[in-house]
Amino acid sequence: MAIQRKAIALLSGGLDSLLAVRVIQEQGILVEGVNFFTGFCVEGHTHAIRKKDQEKQKRNNALWAAEQLGIKLHIEDISEEYKDIVLNPQHGYGANLNPCLDCKIFMVGKANAMLNKARQMAEEKGFDFIITGEVIGQRPKSQRKDTMPLIARESGADDRLVRPLCAKLLPPTLPEREGWLDREKLYGFNGRNRKPQMALAKQFGFVDWAQPAGGCCFLTDENYSRKLADLWQSQGRKDYELDDIMLLKVGRHIRPAPHYKLIVSREEGENHFLSGYKKQFNSVNFVSHGGPLTLVDGAPTEDDMLLAARIAARFSKGRDAETVKVELLGKNGVGRIVDVVPMPTDDIPQAWYI
Amino acid sequence: MSEQQTLDTRGLLCPMPVIKTQNAIRKLAVGDILTVLATDPGVLHDIPAWCRINGHKVLDHSQEGRDIRIRIEVCED
Ligand code: SF4
Repeated sequence: MAIQRKAIALLSGGLDSLLAVRVIQEQGILVEGVNFFTGFCVEGHTHAIRKKDQEKQKRNNALWAAEQLGIKLHIEDISEEYKDIVLNPQHGYGANLNPCLDCKIFMVGKANAMLNKARQMAEEKGFDFIITGEVIGQRPKSQRKDTMPLIARESGADDRLVRPLCAKLLPPTLPEREGWLDREKLYGFNGRNRKPQMALAKQFGFVDWAQPAGGCCFLTDENYSRKLADLWQSQGRKDYELDDIMLLKVGRHIRPAPHYKLIVSREEGENHFLSGYKKQFNSVNFVSHGGPLTLVDGAPTEDDMLLAARIAARFSKGRDAETVKVELLGKNGVGRIVDVVPMPTDDIPQAWYI
Repeated sequence: MSEQQTLDTRGLLCPMPVIKTQNAIRKLAVGDILTVLATDPGVLHDIPAWCRINGHKVLDHSQEGRDIRIRIEVCED
């Protein structure tokens, strides 16, 4: 009996990776998926936080895709190691702070490590090759004809990396040469036109899939990237903690001075999420009127906290009141109650909004 | 005897509760029961989906306010 060949697929949950897996399954290969959590993933987070979104369907796209495909899925937390990719991408950033090329090399490299580890241990659970849903020309920076061999080489996967959707435009890989895969049944998709993918989806009977706007993560988002750049600038160095990048997804960010910024909750769900951070940040809590929980990040002085309270009061139910009573709570848990005059909207310079 | 374990993922957002569940189950044996505590309602969808894909069994789940509790039986991989 022929040996059952196995592949590990980078599964984002988008249409391309869904199709890539199915194309390989059609050739009798056993496929398992791997999905990486970088901290910047769009998955669920804002949905889970924002109340108005909570009724929307919340699903993890990669899990959902795996279930459609009937494959196992490994979800790996790479958020710590991933920092180096975001902070020092060898191949630079895309349109925003998205280091797509380095990211792909890193992820394929991780999959390759999983493959090698299993092979060294001569486990029957091992994988023979890696598949991705990459398509030549789909993304201007990371998915080009010349980046394909680069990713294969720098990830260490070399000719064990198969792109089923554009394999025909690339040199034959090991699985093709060994006859595990029939090259004729792979595809030659090229460019930004999605019609061939749509047709293939129809052929396979897929009717529903995730459609991420710019890309698979927040780093492709202009507003998000601006907040991240602001964080680096105010710290005076490029670095971040997981909490920092989570908080960039939440609330209004207002920076009156380089040494502190406000994170003003926009609604109940965010209020609840931010309240989990009260032990790590100074905060403004409303007493006399309803108002948004506001975290103050950085090293604010007492005067800064008063200004922060005045700004936050602008977004409270007491915005037109003469004064508003708030509790300024330190991260040490010590609070003081003060009356502040809400700041007139026009007095908050537009430049403070990040 | 099978083991009973509790995993507290309260305050974490998806997919972290799923990743922690996966990593906890990797260390458990068939027949063990894992109780996952969580606050992100996404887990009500994601953990059962993860279990279906990987062949484990959700015994039951309950919700009290924001607190969610899911019990999983570890099955043959
Ligand atoms: S969009 Fe984000 S996750 Fe996707 S390749 Fe680019 S950096 Fe990586």
